[in-house]
Order: sequence, then C-alpha cells, then structure tokens
Amino acid sequence: MNTTGAAKILGITKYGLLLMSFILIYAGIHRNEVSIMFKKAINICLECIGIG
Amino acid sequence: MAKRTITQAIATITTNANLDGFLQGTIYKGNTKKICVPGLNCYSCPGAIGSCPIGSLQAVIGTIKYNVSLYVVGFMLLFGVLFGRFICGWLCPFGFIEDLLYKIPFRKIKVNNKVNCLLSYLKYVILALFVILLPMFLVNEFGMSPPYFCEYICPAGTLAGGVPLVFMNESLRGSLGYLFVWKVFILISVIIASLCIYRPFCRYLCPLGAFYALFNKVSFYKYQVDKNKCISCRACTDKCKMNIEVHKNPNSPECIRCGECVKSCPTKSLSSGLEL
Repeated sequence: MNTTGAAKILGITKYGLLLMSFILIYAGIHRNEVSIMFKKAINICLECIGIG
Repeated sequence: MAKRTITQAIATITTNANLDGFLQGTIYKGNTKKICVPGLNCYSCPGAIGSCPIGSLQAVIGTIKYNVSLYVVGFMLLFGVLFGRFICGWLCPFGFIEDLLYKIPFRKIKVNNKVNCLLSYLKYVILALFVILLPMFLVNEFGMSPPYFCEYICPAGTLAGGVPLVFMNESLRGSLGYLFVWKVFILISVIIASLCIYRPFCRYLCPLGAFYALFNKVSFYKYQVDKNKCISCRACTDKCKMNIEVHKNPNSPECIRCGECVKSCPTKSLSSGLEL
C-alpha cells in the first residue's frame, strides 16, 4: 500500500474514532450511566483507598 | 522551569482544586465529578474535582445493570484519539509525581531493552484482567463487583486518597486492615522504583497508559521524523528515557511524548504536533 493510501486510511480511522467517541458519550448519557458514575465518585471509595 | 513541568503542575492542581477537601478530610461532591479527567487521578482524592476514567469504568461495569460503560469508554476514546500518551507525559498527576521522584539524586537503572519490552505487556494484562474482565465476571451474589484494579493495585488511590483521608478521619483509621498494608506496600514499591527507573508505573502497570498507548499511532497528536534530514545519529534514542528507538519508531506505544528527543535532535528532523 502506498503512503498516500495509508495516510488516507489513517485519516479516516482517526476521524471515525473521534466521531465514535462522541456517539459513545451520548449513548452513555442516554443510558443514564452518568448517575451511577457520579454516585460512586461523590462517596469515598473504600476499596480505592485500601479499606475494602 | 521546563514548559512540560509547568503544564504538569497546572494539570495536577486543576484536577485536584478542592483544597477544602484536604483541610476537612472529605471529598468533593460537585457536578464536575460527572466528567472524566484524562489522567489517573483517584476520585477519592480529597482534592479531586473530576472522575478517574479507570475507576469510573470499573464502577459502571461492576453494577448489575451494565456490563460496559459507553460513557466512560467514550471519554477515554476521545482523549486517546486526540492526544494518545501525550496525556501520560503532560497531564497525568501520578505521572508528574513519578517525574518528580526521578529527579531526586539516586542510583539510576536503565532497564535492559528485552526485559523492558516484555514487562511493558503487563499493563495490557492489567487493563484486560483487573479493569475489564474481573469486574465483568467475578461478581457477588447480587451481580455486583468491586473495582479490582483500584482495590488491589492502584498506588494513585492509596497516595492521593488513602493517605490523606486516613490521616484526617479517625473512623477510617479504625477500619484499616491487611488490604491497606498491601496497598501501601505497592505504593512504597512504586515510589522506590521511581527513584531508580524512569516512570516504572507508566511503563509496566498503568492500565490507562495501556489504553492510550493503543492510540499513539493513530492519534491527532503525532511525532514525525523527516527522513531527508535524519542522519541516524541516535541522539534521540540515547536521550529517550522510555527505551524507544525514536528515529525508527517515533509513535511507539511506549512514548509518553515528553519531547526530550525533539530537543536533542541536531538536525531538527523530529517534530511534534496536531495532525489534522
């Protein structure tokens, strides 16, 4: 594959991944994952600090 | 002071701006904790104003309702595809701590390339096993699981969360047991290793670094070697503290984008920046 072809595929890949990231974030918000994450984040994570 | 050190300090202070938490022995409960920060920064750090992506990922996977977190993976993908391991080198608070530790005068060890290469795969195993598979499948009778990486490995949580919170809260001090001893042992081991080896946690253990490493070759932020100018003098490779042959592999998954190689190149054949 020549360098121009490889560059084109790389370009499509990174813009595709960028678009996918926004879609995933939106889908996660839509699924109400944020509330679960938030609830964990605002309470002391006993496992994280070594108490379990 | 170097631009990178200043940026790391600003990033660390910004993501841990809740000074009141350190004074009161509490953690921040504001809405900014609905957002993931790009680096490894425990959300149980009293100062943390955002959420750790690795902790958050395990938290959602470990619930009954979900097996995967689209929201957190979306954030990690966004950071990864934009910056790759630039985040490790410039924005991660724990990476910053390791950099500061390495500056302390101590016997320095350059890890053998073969050993380094082999050990570097360990972080991918930790990502797959402790962050994804164990929380997904090793569940209790209610279908829930703890954050295995956070609970059994993460030294950032021990340093930034465990130590200050235990110090400030008598009730937490009364609950200490073998797990805390184990976590402190890991933390001390990483600290001692960081005195001798450059970024041992980032190289061998960090699951977030493992994830971002997957994007170094495809991210918008890239390194480039101008083959017309490069004279293969290996000045970049000799300068690299991550054991990378920069002139041959400028976008290696192990590269944390510290920029030392770019500064060292005598013919200015190395460059870095956003490739749109």
